[in-house]
Amino acid sequence: MSALVSIKNLTRIFDVSLPWLNRLIEHQPKAFLHAVSEVSFDIEENTIYALVGESGSGKSTIGKIIVGLLAPSEGSVEIGGVDLFRESDKAKIEATRNGVQMIFQDPYASLNPRWRVRDIIVEPVEARGGDGEGLAERLLEQVGLSAADAAKYPHEFSGGQRQRICIARALAAEPKLIVCDEPTSALDVSVQAQVLNLMSDLQEEFGLTYLLISHDLTIVQHMADRIGVLYLGRLIEEAPRDALFSNPKHPYTKMLIDAAPRLDGFGREVEPPTGEIPDPINPPTGCAYHPRCPIATERCKAERPQLRELDENRVACFLAV
Amino acid sequence: MAEVVLSVRNLRVEIPLRRSVLCPVDGVSFDIPPGDILGVVGESGAGKSMTGNAVIGLLDRPAFIAGGEILLNGQRIDNLPREAMRRLRGKEIGMVFQDPLTSLNPLLQIGDQLRETILEHLPVSKKEAADRAVAALEEVGIPAAARRIDSYPHEFSGGMRQRVVIALALCAEPSLIIADEPTTALDVSVQAQIIALLKSLCRERGTAIMLITHDMGVIAETADRVAVMYAGRLAELGPVREVLTNPSHPYTNGLMGSTPLASKGKKRLNQIPGAMPRLDNLPTGCAFHPRCPQVKKRCAVEPGPDIESCGGRAACWFAGELSS
Repeated sequence: MSALVSIKNLTRIFDVSLPWLNRLIEHQPKAFLHAVSEVSFDIEENTIYALVGESGSGKSTIGKIIVGLLAPSEGSVEIGGVDLFRESDKAKIEATRNGVQMIFQDPYASLNPRWRVRDIIVEPVEARGGDGEGLAERLLEQVGLSAADAAKYPHEFSGGQRQRICIARALAAEPKLIVCDEPTSALDVSVQAQVLNLMSDLQEEFGLTYLLISHDLTIVQHMADRIGVLYLGRLIEEAPRDALFSNPKHPYTKMLIDAAPRLDGFGREVEPPTGEIPDPINPPTGCAYHPRCPIATERCKAERPQLRELDENRVACFLAV
Repeated sequence: MAEVVLSVRNLRVEIPLRRSVLCPVDGVSFDIPPGDILGVVGESGAGKSMTGNAVIGLLDRPAFIAGGEILLNGQRIDNLPREAMRRLRGKEIGMVFQDPLTSLNPLLQIGDQLRETILEHLPVSKKEAADRAVAALEEVGIPAAARRIDSYPHEFSGGMRQRVVIALALCAEPSLIIADEPTTALDVSVQAQIIALLKSLCRERGTAIMLITHDMGVIAETADRVAVMYAGRLAELGPVREVLTNPSHPYTNGLMGSTPLASKGKKRLNQIPGAMPRLDNLPTGCAFHPRCPQVKKRCAVEPGPDIESCGGRAACWFAGELSS
């Protein structure tokens, strides 16, 4: 297997400074937010790679950079060997972008309420001059709706059905990679199961690769082959699914797995984690997790740990064994 | 009756429309003893928040309580006049909502909001109210409470804000707290903190808690008993361990099957076909029968069964005969 997506040293910085007049009056310096810092990982073809992390960890920013909605500040993203932001051959860029589609969290906000479902689904094809005749009907049946639904408007569907329409739209361009940003967070449990099953079926049928962005560890554990854990914009651990859940190395990963509510955890008393995610504009020195870490040492405060190989995992912690 | 803090009997909420009547809560009965946490689960549209709002008397018009009784510490509260209900709310029943930012007044310091609540409900001096406000913040685990009491809601993080809301719900020492999705908007690590807080408050003060959520994991770890709702009715009610590990109602069984379980690994989820019916288009008979895997003729014809007539656990004619 080869890597379909290769991300190297990806960094994205947002300028969150006040307007210049306010800065002048209040003597404030410019402020920058490092949403993503020096993240590197590969996604193998025909696998599901999951990014997990709490809010503000930069997981959605990485997703947006991969589909080309945001430009990286530094580093590179190669999809099938093509770097979208450096490639000069227009035809190559077109072909690569066509092969990457996205499914968003909120199926209510991501469908145009004034368009018929047919137009929504064939849009990615027709925008590139393709022929969408009969395509919407075929895709709707593939995602478990009926061909007659093509003439309806989005408001006639429930949340789960809308997410199926979003999936049909993503499939229309015959992509290789689909970036799913919290695809089921807005859905109920029984509908979530339907959508997750559909995603697995389609992966087998079309040989798709998914980047699954989620905060829900149970979904990630259910779906993913390989998992990257983000904290404050940095990749702090990466491992195959079983290795990560059976033997997490980083204290943050351990805390996340421990804190997630478990269905069989009747009357479980969890020692609640201390502290909260720090301010990303002024992150702590050294390892960003050290203020909350139960095993932090002086070295963690001063020096930032780099990712290193440890068994099957890659982990950014001095003390991980 | 002193053994039970909240007792809901056959509660029915109706929304009259021009041509028809919708019934988002129908024949719901449950009790919560002191120090107990009752989890209410269900998917969106199941009527769980409506039930909570009916108990605290915050139903939005035109919805109203059309039948049944709500008893708080043995006293009926469903037919109280507005003013009496207003006094009760906050004093006897505390509330925690999903979004902590919208349940706090952004223009008032949190100290003002806490002191206002305490002075309204308790016969104390201003000085004592101020002390109690600080004590309430300390109790919910806000560091440097005496200093932070003059902060505005926007100066707190999401988790800290939810702690402030819980302090606000607790400061008049209510016997019942209704928590409607209290951790849904929070991150996993903060969620664990808030749940631990609710549990310890419940244990130390003997407060009864009605915890409304859609997250089965949260219910499993927090609740003593669980009520599963479907289309406005109770589908199943019982001790949390028994209901979740050995469901009697096919809907509960389906819900458990569709939740990704760590131990099962990468397998197809057991999905429930279809979706929750709309209130204006409820099926005849048992509302779950069109989606039920073991539906029989009786389910579609006879009106939906209630829990009492089916042996006390699940509202299903064939409760206990579940083949899983």
